Amino acid sequence: MEILLNKPGQKIILLGNEAIVRGALEAGVQFVSTYPGTPASEIGDTFFRIAKKVGVYFEYSTNEKVALEAGIGASFSGLKTLVAMKDFGLNVCLDALGPFVYTGSRGPTVIVVADDPSCYSSAQWEESTRGLALVVRIPTLEPSDPQECKDFTKLAFQISEKFKIPVMIRTTTRVAHQRAPVKLSNIQHPRAKKVNFLLPPSLSLGRLIKGEFVKDPKRFVTLPPRVLEMKSELLAKIEKIQQFSEKSEINKATIGQEQFLTNSKIGIITAGVPYLYVMEALKELNLSLPVLKLGFFYPLPEKKIQNFIKNPAPERSSVLDQSRTETKFLVRGLKKVLVVEELEPHLEKEIGRLAKDANCKLEVAGKKLIPEVGELKPEIVTSAIATFTNTKYKIQNTRYKIQAPKRFPQLCPGCPYWLVFSAIKKAVDTKEVVFGGDIGCYMLFGTPAMNIQDYLSCMGSSIGIAHGIKKATKQKLITFIGDSTFFHAGIPALINTVFNKSNPLIIILNNQTTAMTGLQPHPGAPAGYPQSGCDGIKIEEMVRACGVKNLKILDQINQKEFIEAVKEFLNKKEVSVIIARRPCIWIKK
Amino acid sequence: MDKKVNQFNMIIVGTGGQGQITLLQILAEAAFLEGKEIKTSELHGLSQRGGSVEVHIRFGKEIYSPLISQEKADLILGLEMQEALRAYSFASPKTTFLVNKEIVPIPLVKNLTGEEVLKNLKKISKNVILVPAADICQKELGNRVVAGIYLISLASFKNLIPLKPTSILKAIKKIIPEKYLELNLKTFDLAKIKSSQS
Repeated sequence: MEILLNKPGQKIILLGNEAIVRGALEAGVQFVSTYPGTPASEIGDTFFRIAKKVGVYFEYSTNEKVALEAGIGASFSGLKTLVAMKDFGLNVCLDALGPFVYTGSRGPTVIVVADDPSCYSSAQWEESTRGLALVVRIPTLEPSDPQECKDFTKLAFQISEKFKIPVMIRTTTRVAHQRAPVKLSNIQHPRAKKVNFLLPPSLSLGRLIKGEFVKDPKRFVTLPPRVLEMKSELLAKIEKIQQFSEKSEINKATIGQEQFLTNSKIGIITAGVPYLYVMEALKELNLSLPVLKLGFFYPLPEKKIQNFIKNPAPERSSVLDQSRTETKFLVRGLKKVLVVEELEPHLEKEIGRLAKDANCKLEVAGKKLIPEVGELKPEIVTSAIATFTNTKYKIQNTRYKIQAPKRFPQLCPGCPYWLVFSAIKKAVDTKEVVFGGDIGCYMLFGTPAMNIQDYLSCMGSSIGIAHGIKKATKQKLITFIGDSTFFHAGIPALINTVFNKSNPLIIILNNQTTAMTGLQPHPGAPAGYPQSGCDGIKIEEMVRACGVKNLKILDQINQKEFIEAVKEFLNKKEVSVIIARRPCIWIKK
Repeated sequence: MDKKVNQFNMIIVGTGGQGQITLLQILAEAAFLEGKEIKTSELHGLSQRGGSVEVHIRFGKEIYSPLISQEKADLILGLEMQEALRAYSFASPKTTFLVNKEIVPIPLVKNLTGEEVLKNLKKISKNVILVPAADICQKELGNRVVAGIYLISLASFKNLIPLKPTSILKAIKKIIPEKYLELNLKTFDLAKIKSSQS
């Protein structure tokens, strides 16, 4: 548990996600909720390991919306709160986030969201949650490395505390799963300093802090006509936060590669992990260009950006030491700026707008040189900067014509899902049946070797879409959904098949864990289950209560029985459910 | 290590479950012990389930990017031969390939043979070192999974990684859980013996 080391000034190697945890601990976090999802999972998993020890309340919630709502409740009750999720999770909780930005936070609240450019583990669409941050107007910071993950998380708590508004930390896979040494500060014990009541010291050591919900309908109830006042108040808050952003040191102009200083009329504006690629590129190309790194994504420091365009080295006295302030660096007014950002060109658009006010002749380039699809890589950024500055750079290795056969991930040897697959192959003609997929290891049913997955969308959608297909066609249909996914978003869709009468065959893969993201517990199998003696919620009782009549609970090891059940249920007039109950092989016995 | 830029760029490739992230942690700790700047990158989640797994480790001075640029790898450690070849875009004629002599078959497609992989790797760099690490570990220690530990230890003894063997040893002790430590220490010792023999 090196992450709990309380030696200020010492450095330890941390994963980006662990650095966020450390930042929250140093800020004195008291309440943490999450739904696991790569690339954000290690935030929750780390708290899961340490929460009791440090006296922080932690839960894996049923889904991201519930996680955020729990966090909102804790914040309303005065606790310092962190909620973590992957990009798609923010979509699920957007409904709760909008009003929360209006009411604002009481206990300082930070929401961490991890995007996954290139769709390594968020395979259903290439999302940029920056767009959603703009929609709900939540202040958003973008760290680029583990040290910033820690520092920005602490800063986010400070901003939230100062302006009474939730603050979002947006990372990407290459930030969340980047390791580097991080300089530690003191861990602040999660005693409720800022809450308006005092606790005896004995209650604050190792025990959970209790907050207090103080009734204040004017603040916490979002209803017209008050809600429009709240919107005005939010806009006023954002204006103040923008002034804060203007002064904040996390938006900083630097000069890449001082030793190669030139009278450059070319500048670069960037944020997040692309900043690191920019610095790498400048070194590779022996270029010295002014670089503005934005730590704030929203609200942007507009004046700072305009100043950078007009006079890109205003901070040189603070960047260079006294003896070197004489350095000949006189850039007055940039002619062109390259905006280096991943995915959608949010910064590029804003900077184009700001440039019009500041300097009409400025050329703003971005997506014409930087791809909008897929994550950036150092050589992509180097190549773009080389083109932009007419510098020579060429990758040679494209001349080798080398190909290795593609290696798809596959189910682990011994995985209980193999047995479901083999039973399906024997029970039906797979060409005649439509197969619905959902989010979990069983997505691998779609790999060429298995090939029983005809559609795949978002959490819980296998059942919702199945209903639509059954209503629209006369085709036979089988959907697969994992237990954690079923609890997350499958239940309303199941109720809909009963309510609106359709008859898909739903196979709930009950492996008793959230396997794909790292074996986190879920409502059907809480941590330590079954040894803990705490019963999980029984899926069969849920299914029955939803009104499903055709239900079988089977262990797929009994292949004959499983095959017969599939054949029988596929001909039913009402919805059918098979619960395929066999634990994941990685569950520690 | 590229002396001019004072950096070392290393890629470890293999199939999911071969312990790439553990090896990454060990090398990062070892470099940290030697006072170097470090950046690493890895992937988690479904990609780890038996698919191709590639991790990046960079240390030295002025390290910004966690990802290594094309052609900039000093060392590519392949825990599986076909995966070593897949990482070719990170290689240049200066790159060393240190490869476990093992093919993990990919189902349903035509796999490359060891000779085919070797021939292709040599098109890029003359520095290809093939070591039957998994076989050696199986024979001497009764365990194939420690092949990665064997190879990073060997690389350190043979100066293929600019980190002292004592740093690697300290890092192994820090990162490997108590339960598996003895086996891993034996693996380190085995690499030490073998490196002095050849």
